[in-house]
Amino acid sequence: MGILEVRDVNKSFGGLQALNNVQLNVEEGSVHAIIGPNGAGKSTFLNCLVGRLTPDTGSVTFNGGSLLGITPHEINQAGVARVFQTPEIFGDLSLLDNVIIPTFATRDGSFTLNAWKRADQDWEVREKAEHMLEDVGLIEKKDAIAGSLSRGDKRRLELAMCLVQNPKLLLLDEPTAGMSRADTNNTIDLLKRIGKRGITKIIIEHDMHVVFSLANKVSVMAQGTVIAEGLPEDIKGDPRVQEAYLGGAHL
Amino acid sequence: MITATPRNDLLLMVFFAIAILTMPIWLSPIGAAYPDLLQRFAIYGIFAIGFNLLFGLTGYLSFGHAAFLGVGSYTAVWSFKLLSMSVVPAVLFGVITSGLFAVVIGYISLRRSGIYFSILTLAFAQMSYNLAYSVLTPITNGETGLQLAQEDPRVFDNLFGTAMESGSGIPPTNLFGLEMSGYSGFYFCAVLMIIGFYISMRITRSPFGMMLKAVKSNQNRMSYTGLNTRPYTLAAFVISGMYAGLAGSLLAVTDPLAGAERMQWTASGEVVLMTILGGVGTLMGPVIGAGVIKYFENIFSAFNDDALHEIFSFLPDVLQDGVVAVVGLFVGEGWHLTLGALFVIVVVFLPGGIMEGIGRLSRVFSQKKTIEPTVKTRAQPGE
Ligand SMILES: Nc1ncnc2c1ncn2[C@@H]1O[C@H](COP(=O)(O)OP(=O)(O)OP(=O)(O)O)[C@@H](O)[C@H]1O
Ligand SMILES: [Mg+2]
Repeated sequence: MGILEVRDVNKSFGGLQALNNVQLNVEEGSVHAIIGPNGAGKSTFLNCLVGRLTPDTGSVTFNGGSLLGITPHEINQAGVARVFQTPEIFGDLSLLDNVIIPTFATRDGSFTLNAWKRADQDWEVREKAEHMLEDVGLIEKKDAIAGSLSRGDKRRLELAMCLVQNPKLLLLDEPTAGMSRADTNNTIDLLKRIGKRGITKIIIEHDMHVVFSLANKVSVMAQGTVIAEGLPEDIKGDPRVQEAYLGGAHL
Repeated sequence: MITATPRNDLLLMVFFAIAILTMPIWLSPIGAAYPDLLQRFAIYGIFAIGFNLLFGLTGYLSFGHAAFLGVGSYTAVWSFKLLSMSVVPAVLFGVITSGLFAVVIGYISLRRSGIYFSILTLAFAQMSYNLAYSVLTPITNGETGLQLAQEDPRVFDNLFGTAMESGSGIPPTNLFGLEMSGYSGFYFCAVLMIIGFYISMRITRSPFGMMLKAVKSNQNRMSYTGLNTRPYTLAAFVISGMYAGLAGSLLAVTDPLAGAERMQWTASGEVVLMTILGGVGTLMGPVIGAGVIKYFENIFSAFNDDALHEIFSFLPDVLQDGVVAVVGLFVGEGWHLTLGALFVIVVVFLPGGIMEGIGRLSRVFSQKKTIEPTVKTRAQPGE
């Protein structure tokens, strides 16, 4: 039994079958990579996990409970955090506030009328948030407005916002896109370090260097279906995968 | 930008309280230091502070806040009629009743955001306005407005014999025997405004306030971060409605009657103007905006053609008539034209309102002293 079990998930947009009988089983504590060409349905699949989209048919079971029919905030409170393909951050707020907010959400739940204490004097929360910013290398910019960051920094900030929640399952949609080689390597190191904390991860990546440095298992998606699944070294040589990637230029 | 440390907030609070309580002194050179106008500064200041808690923090623009102002007034007058001329129950019930109205209106309106939310709140306020004129006449006394009468029951006053005697007429509104007219009325409103300002500062700095800013910034991110945006926006809406109810009940405290026109869309629009003029999302802005608008309303609406002829009497007759005709459009009944022009100027040139103007000026002055790169100067977005 995996921590996440996806069975027969279908999703179509009008005439387009974006997901076609997707099956996926993610082991607890593993790093599961999903690769596949553009438009394969990878982001759509994650959308079905976090409640942005509802699958037409199929089941999604996380930690023994269904993720279907509950709201995005309930899914997060159940322990699922997500980094989006286009960063979703609080652009008008400071970096520190961006990380403090998820820290509060994890500690105090989906709603608390905590209207009298000062947010910046909640030392427990603040220290946790500052520590997290240090981990992703953004502590010097903690008072800057998040919207002014570069694309790569926004990604790292979003990663910090997810990690500070200490989720059971972390979904990463191309977490290193738009980053320099050096920043990519930093992010890989960071993800490896937090891997030791036992957070299960699903990571979507086009950068094979990232995939092969992190993943224990790889699923290949094409045209809405998982066409191959296995250990990274097996996937590398799989002819169907080479085919899906048009002659294997990426591999 | 001054950082919001607890120490700076305390200083701001002390400065604010002193500035408000000494208004009768420092406003006298500009002829604004009489109780009736000062009361209006304080009351509309409260209205705008509350409005800003919703609009400034969450970005939800309500176009129907006057409904809560009206509900507060009607409730307060009923409290005077039925219970007592004491302002304590009047203000308490005014706040509670408008809070309950805000729960209902907010619950429905907040199902939509952006322009649809604004239209829904506007619709509710116009409905309240029309109901007050029609089917609710037994409660609102329709067009005449709700007034006190000699034969009102005033149960508590009669029970405890606490009625203040004022000859044979209707007894005055009072706070434990202190008559709420003139300067005592102003100080009562002023103290409540200072408390209201303090509460809004606490809310703004709190985790709850931070969540409201998150609502404005990115609701998607909020949901995927495990936060339920609905109760946050509803709580902000209700708190803001209660501020409006407080302001409405204070209008009745200083002048015990209530009419439906208090709920009209122009009154809702006015508080939007006050907040934007002063500076959306800033603590002081709404208070300043309310003060400026009420002050100019007072000055400009007082002019009539005779007064204008007097002012321009130095001009030759032909010219004088022309000038008076043009200027006359902007004063008296037409003062809203001045207000509109003022508003356009502020929104175009100072989208952050008067507070942004103050910020720019103080930066100019501080840069003259210390040539320092200001990395972190970012004006509050006007939204
Ligand atoms: N909300 C939507 N409405 C209509 N079509 C959609 C929607 N979201 C995705 N699609 C379509 O579904 C298909 C799968 O898109 P998806 O974003 O999941 O691909 P992807 O594998 O994440 O690609 P990429 O690597 O480019 O991010 C695409 O053809 C896309 O145009
Ligand atoms: Mg994608």
